[in-house]
Amino acid sequence: MSEMTQTAAKPRIERSATASRTYTIFVIIGLAALILAPMFFYPIFLMKLLCFALFACAFNLLLGYTGLLSFGHATFFGGAAYFTAHVVKEWGFPPELGILTGVAGAALLGLVMGFFAIRRQGIYFAMITLALSQMFFFFCLQAKFTQGEDGIQSVPRGHLFGFIDLNNSTNMYYFVLAVFVIGLIVIWRFINSPFGMILKSIRENENRAVSLGYSVARYKLGAFVMSAALAGLAGGLKALVFQFATLTDVAWQMSGEVILMTLLGGIGTLIGPIFGAGLVVTLQNYLATSDFPVTIITGIVFMICVLLFRRGIIGEFYASRLGRKLGFEHRR
Amino acid sequence: MTMIFGIPLQAFLGQLLIGLINGSFYALLSLGLAVIFGLLRVINFAHGAQYMLGAFAAMLMLQYFGVNYWFALILGPVVVGLFGAFIERTMLSRLYDLDPLYGLLFTFGLALTIEGTFRYLYGAAGQPYSVPAQLAGGTNLGFMFLPIYRGWVVVVSLVACIGTWLLIEKTKLGAYLRAATENATLVQAFGVNVPMLLTLTYGLGAALAAFAGVLAAPIYQVSPLMGSNIIIVVFAVVVVGGMGSIMGAILTGYMLGIAEGLTKVFYPEASNIVIFVIMAIVLLLRPAGLFGRDA
Repeated sequence: MSEMTQTAAKPRIERSATASRTYTIFVIIGLAALILAPMFFYPIFLMKLLCFALFACAFNLLLGYTGLLSFGHATFFGGAAYFTAHVVKEWGFPPELGILTGVAGAALLGLVMGFFAIRRQGIYFAMITLALSQMFFFFCLQAKFTQGEDGIQSVPRGHLFGFIDLNNSTNMYYFVLAVFVIGLIVIWRFINSPFGMILKSIRENENRAVSLGYSVARYKLGAFVMSAALAGLAGGLKALVFQFATLTDVAWQMSGEVILMTLLGGIGTLIGPIFGAGLVVTLQNYLATSDFPVTIITGIVFMICVLLFRRGIIGEFYASRLGRKLGFEHRR
Repeated sequence: MTMIFGIPLQAFLGQLLIGLINGSFYALLSLGLAVIFGLLRVINFAHGAQYMLGAFAAMLMLQYFGVNYWFALILGPVVVGLFGAFIERTMLSRLYDLDPLYGLLFTFGLALTIEGTFRYLYGAAGQPYSVPAQLAGGTNLGFMFLPIYRGWVVVVSLVACIGTWLLIEKTKLGAYLRAATENATLVQAFGVNVPMLLTLTYGLGAALAAFAGVLAAPIYQVSPLMGSNIIIVVFAVVVVGGMGSIMGAILTGYMLGIAEGLTKVFYPEASNIVIFVIMAIVLLLRPAGLFGRDA
């Protein structure tokens, strides 16, 4: 086992020193920008952006690194939002415990959905996740604790660890940012671990991975649960930011949105989904004031992405002359 | 009053009929999906949108040109089929060499665009489309009251399903289609215009969806959302049936429609999730689907 993971871990070393230096510089600039951002932008907008960016990164863990297209990630995002909102509002949980409950709930949902979905591959996988997620939508529509069409309203943000008042939007912003960064570190660790390497090998050649003796189903399920839990982290956070959880979060349109964010930013790139989420959220905010429906734009962007630039913004950048000069080689 | 399992016979048969009607639409739509998937290896997410376009085509043609139901039943599918063929020729055909997931994503985007456009133009609320005069009213069968239009839908969709099956299994065109499904390159080497065949297939699939849409217009309200509501259920139907066989798709459609109708009688709360539950059970017992051959 350890020998195999050694071989699998090799490509990691191959990335040139220039790339990792550039990467470090980008990460520092990005972090600095996020820390300073509340001075220039509306905090709620930034928090929304971070939540969706985390959601898209969690989704990309599955699509980009395992090659599984889930059409049901709204279940984990919206489900966690409901769980967090419920325990915080009705049971008086503190925010950190509330979010953890959301994560645990999402992971459980992921375990169940993954258990069924990994029995089929490719296109069937997508359809099964979509159908199961629609089932969860109907469950939320009828269940008592979700309060139907109204959703769970006016969820208290509470005090983090008992003494940081999250009703203060600056505090809330830095809390969201901290969770976001932790989420990204977890994802980064995960995809660069032996486990993540095996996932990539499954993506590249599933039969080969089977013949090497890996229990592919178990690895897929593990990735699915991980992705679901992280999507739940984003969902729970979102429930606290907006102080409500509604049916919109569990609807299939939300699953479509996260796919678009990932596709637009770059499937299989670590930071692509963040940019994708940023663009989509900005676009939605911009269009929210007009009566022109976002769906049309979303649909057209989808078609253009699939037809013309499947690598996404960051993927195209990596593959461009500048990107190559900076040392990124494009994979996939 | 006659009772069956503690339920009045009237209510039982009524729900059975509704189940049969829904099943007709599931069968027509999953049939189209299977035909398209068989040859193009694309899951047509826009199938629901094309179904909705059919219903809208019927309504708009009546409103603006006074085209009646009977002509709409032919013109609607033709218009939507041509639109489908155009989409396939100009855009979808560029994706065949890629992972099939891109086809799914592309048609998803197409579905969003079409649905969004119609929502923008006509609002989300449903609009009525009246039953044609010749099929209005109903007959009393003695044990239940049968609205004629509903009976008509069941019969016509059955005819359309069997017709499509015959077209694919028994005609020369169908033989080409089946051959191209097995080995497109070889069929092309024999001088068959395979790209044209692909366009034709997608157009035919879209036309079938639109045909179902026109049939559905007098039963359900004509609404921009009618397509996305039904397509997810149809996906579940397709997972249950497996897309390996045309007849399998048709049978599964009817079966699940009836199962849904019966659930409405015995346990109404579960009626909109029963198909998904059946899907989950089938996945446990027969992962390839009831009639499926490919994994």
